Amino acid sequence: MNAAAVSERPIRVLLAKLGLDAHTIGVTVIARALRDAGMEVIYSGLKQTPEMVAATAIQEDVDVVGLSSLSAAHMQHFPRVVELLREQGADDKLVIAGGVIPAEDAQRLRDAGVAAIFTMGTSTDEIVAFLRQWAASR
Amino acid sequence: MGGEPLARVGGEPLAPVGGEPLAPVGGEPLAPVGGEPLAGAAPGQAARELAERVLAGHAASAARLIRMVEDGRPEAREALRELYPKIGRAHVVGVTGPPGAGKSTLVSALIAELRRRGRRIGVLAVDPSSPFSGGAILGDRVRMQRHSTDPGVFIRSMATRGASGGLARASWEAELVLDAMGCDVVLVETVGVGQVEIDVVDLAHSTVVVCLPGAGDDVQAIKAGLLEAADLLVLNKADLPGADDAERWLHVLLHSAKAPAPDAWDLPLLRTVASREEGIPPLVDALERHRAYLERSGELARIEARRARRPFVERVRERLVARALEGLEGPEALRLLAEVERRSLDPYTAADRWVEARLAGGGGP
Repeated sequence: MNAAAVSERPIRVLLAKLGLDAHTIGVTVIARALRDAGMEVIYSGLKQTPEMVAATAIQEDVDVVGLSSLSAAHMQHFPRVVELLREQGADDKLVIAGGVIPAEDAQRLRDAGVAAIFTMGTSTDEIVAFLRQWAASR
Repeated sequence: MGGEPLARVGGEPLAPVGGEPLAPVGGEPLAPVGGEPLAGAAPGQAARELAERVLAGHAASAARLIRMVEDGRPEAREALRELYPKIGRAHVVGVTGPPGAGKSTLVSALIAELRRRGRRIGVLAVDPSSPFSGGAILGDRVRMQRHSTDPGVFIRSMATRGASGGLARASWEAELVLDAMGCDVVLVETVGVGQVEIDVVDLAHSTVVVCLPGAGDDVQAIKAGLLEAADLLVLNKADLPGADDAERWLHVLLHSAKAPAPDAWDLPLLRTVASREEGIPPLVDALERHRAYLERSGELARIEARRARRPFVERVRERLVARALEGLEGPEALRLLAEVERRSLDPYTAADRWVEARLAGGGGP
């Protein structure tokens, strides 16, 4: 252990699964990668509604909200999360998304305020690098 | 390894934070006081405004203040100073026990019952930070998410960040913030503990130790040290085979441990199946009886004295350690260490000299 290298101010990330699918492998892999990169990952479980995600993000005061859906629920739910955070004055949080998201949907999600979309096959290193870069630029 | 430090709050006015205020049951939500701080306001002003919003029950402000404490932001101190004279109402309940005992599920069931009784609830759920990366996966919330949108419930996951007593480094201050935002009961769920990680007994008014049947031989998972920490003992998962044996064994253990004085608290043993919310109303009744006992017996005043002392001593320790370690890589320290290496000086004498020299420079408080 190299205590000096551990950040005093870790990035906090909420990982939430919306929609009805019960696939947890992807979100587990990402949670572990973010933890190993020194981040604090709050996992809130399956079948979350946008309202639950927004309330959780606020109570946990996370920096990043990571949304995952493998059941085509992304188009209705993801923009709603962004909207709820904005309504509640918590739009300083970065919203990112992952899962099975067709290219034509990705652009619409970006337009709705989702900052980045990591589709299947993205390496966890890429996600870690993106978040670190974002945090450093704040 | 580790995330980059977040350049955020320092110096600037606090970011506007939103969210719903923690609403009293059956009443109107309290309006957030203030709003955004004025641009260019003095840092002390921003901290005072943040404290006011916390006192008004504003969830996002409480969450932000807890984060500032965790991250060691100096402005957090000013906000805490504002809050400290105005708190001390909440009943702080520690929930501890070995991994797998069902602590999070029990907390979720307690929230449901306490809400039925009209209480506003704060939860601090602690999970360990990795000593290697400093990161953490905080998953206690999964069991509690049905309460996430209840405006009378505020749940905060905390990583230990190097603390070893089963709590997070900032758990004490976080509890203070939840008290200030109007929580009637603050439930503090520790990491899964063995025998020694029981700092929660210092923080809590009432400590619930949760155990489960059939963990090895009898209730092997519940060790003597943990039992001594209990004000209430819960045998959870009491529908599992072996529950009756475990209960008998615990009874023997309890009644061999100490013969209580007639007016002393008689530690209750309660059976629950938290996943089905069975046995929860009697547990909440017992918690309320314990709180009444603390008030009646004068024990509450002793607990409050201890609760006041602990953060004071911690802070003294932190500051002295920081001062004593200053310059440990500098030429003076290296000269001392060189003598130790040559064995012309022993390390104990060298350390005494160093510490006395470092601390001699300071005046009074």
